[in-house]
Amino acid sequence: MGTVILLTLTGLGLAALYFLVASGLSLVFGLADVLNFAHGLFLGVGAYATWWAAGNLPGAGGDGFGFVLAVVFGVAAGTLVAVLVELVLIRPLYSRTIEQVLVTVGLSLAGVALLQATWGADARPFPRPDWTRQVTGILGAQVPNGGLLLIIAAVLVLGALLAFLRWTRYGLVIRAGVENREMVTALGIDVRKAFTLVFAIGGAAAALAGALGGVYFGTVSPGQGSSLLIFAFIVVVIGGMGSVVGSAYAAVVVGLVQQFVNYYGTSGLGDICVVGLLAVVLLLRPQGIAGKVATA
Amino acid sequence: MTNSVVDAPPARVPAELTPQRGRWHRVRPFLPLVALVVLAILPYSTISLPGIFEGPVNSPGTLQLLAICLIFGGLAAGYDLLFGRTGMLSFGHALYFAAGVYGTDILVTRAGLPLWQAALLTVVGGTILAALLGAVALRTVGIAFAMVTLAFAQVGAILVARDFGGLTGGEEGLPLDVSGLPAALVGVTNTVNLYWLALAYLALVVFVVHRVSGSPTGRVLAGLRDDERRIGVLGLDPYRYKLVAFTLAGGLASAGGVVYCLIVGGASPHITSSELTLSLLVMVVLGGPGTRWGPVLGGVLYMYLDHRLTAFGTSDAVDSLPAVLSHPLSQPLFVLGTVFILAVYFFPGGLTSLAPRLAHLRRTLRTRR
Repeated sequence: MGTVILLTLTGLGLAALYFLVASGLSLVFGLADVLNFAHGLFLGVGAYATWWAAGNLPGAGGDGFGFVLAVVFGVAAGTLVAVLVELVLIRPLYSRTIEQVLVTVGLSLAGVALLQATWGADARPFPRPDWTRQVTGILGAQVPNGGLLLIIAAVLVLGALLAFLRWTRYGLVIRAGVENREMVTALGIDVRKAFTLVFAIGGAAAALAGALGGVYFGTVSPGQGSSLLIFAFIVVVIGGMGSVVGSAYAAVVVGLVQQFVNYYGTSGLGDICVVGLLAVVLLLRPQGIAGKVATA
Repeated sequence: MTNSVVDAPPARVPAELTPQRGRWHRVRPFLPLVALVVLAILPYSTISLPGIFEGPVNSPGTLQLLAICLIFGGLAAGYDLLFGRTGMLSFGHALYFAAGVYGTDILVTRAGLPLWQAALLTVVGGTILAALLGAVALRTVGIAFAMVTLAFAQVGAILVARDFGGLTGGEEGLPLDVSGLPAALVGVTNTVNLYWLALAYLALVVFVVHRVSGSPTGRVLAGLRDDERRIGVLGLDPYRYKLVAFTLAGGLASAGGVVYCLIVGGASPHITSSELTLSLLVMVVLGGPGTRWGPVLGGVLYMYLDHRLTAFGTSDAVDSLPAVLSHPLSQPLFVLGTVFILAVYFFPGGLTSLAPRLAHLRRTLRTRR
């Protein structure tokens, strides 16, 4: 029993990480039709900015309030980079889908190389509060606190995102834009502002994933983002493009499948099962759990 | 929005931009042959080009670098059959290349087959793999297709890295067992034979891609790139034509893997990574998608820069720069990624579109004067 609970909770921790990355990807794709390969870069920026702030920013540190400050700094850096990328690189290319993908591909290559050039290719130990290294006993299972932190953060982000989408004017514009962008434009609303906003939200969530993922794994390395990104893509497709709730469900399914199969089967089999799941979902229900058909 | 169509990759340069018949129009059809002959006799020259290559042209190190460049020229040309000519954005092309490399390596080293049998089995196997996975992936279109191919390639990467059954050597890769290989392909002194093999591969790919794109099938593929619904309306089945292109490109890539395995003398897991597919995309876009020589040029140049920029990055000229500049410049991927982004913005047709554009500019300047 203890093993099952442990696997469930660590699987949910993984799912939380996927959700934080995938929710932004899904919104960006749903609204702006941009398949953002540079999303892993936002994650890397968030992780490295947190790591840097914990060591260098006055007031920030590896513990207590200082750590919160470091994470806030990391999220702010990720958001800033995401907004800059949208304004400078993506905006001139709207409605040219392939070129946008190409630019984000180039950006992911160059950006990761830049991180590597600045801080080296090797993984760096991540500063984390002492309590995240410990475990909590839940129903007989010893669960690492870092994973619990991720789950709590993801639930909070999910709640905040849903509240934002449901009860604010900008949320309404974003929901309407995902549904039918031309109609929103025809009503005289500048959807491009919403694009920037969506990029900012996605960048912030990804940067948070980077910072908390650093806590969870204990290290930070330049390539971390791109390996997570592929599974985040899978989560987005299974969940349905443009649907935050769909991403949450899909992230939970993917995280749990991966964790359980990797434990009870051979290591690595879980990853393959996830891809199999993707193939099945695409063939049976191309629009994902909840979302529009991914035609473009 | 739900039915918005993926834009076709940049088409060829409009007719008014192409130059009029020049002085060389009689010679032009023979230029590829001339280039092939020059490349074939290149190993006999002992010229050294300081700064471009370390050591003379016929030294084994230079020949190996050239051979790798030629292989990637061929790979890029094969990938262009998908991206530039059919408009399919596949993110999993590295899988078929890796299948070629690992297939040859495993069949020779683990199963002890003679090279020709291993090569034949690998190419056939790679083609069948492409056909099977393509049959599933092509049920989707556009970005979803890109994601499915990416996911399939990821399975390949996991299979290789986790080393199921102890076949692939995991993270360390699998060095090729050369004891059963023909003597002419083994050893440093025989690098020249591998170079010729790579050249032959490139010539084969260019020939095949050229013939296919000139055939009626090729015209259907170009039609699919420009407007898929129209092809459907004409009564042709887009799925079948796309599957043919996908299978052919996969087969060509696995053949390239066979040659690459011989040149490098083994397999290492980094060739299965999605980064390799992304760099193929970079090569094609840099060279000029949908053109005959653009992808080849892009592939050769990319691989050359990728190798040489590492040396350039550690040279004294770069080291003497302040750290802000020298660190990024020592990362080939940073330089190539930046050039790629600039290329998407400022010369969308790739390198091959530069020549007509420059000619146009020159003509305009001349008439002004």
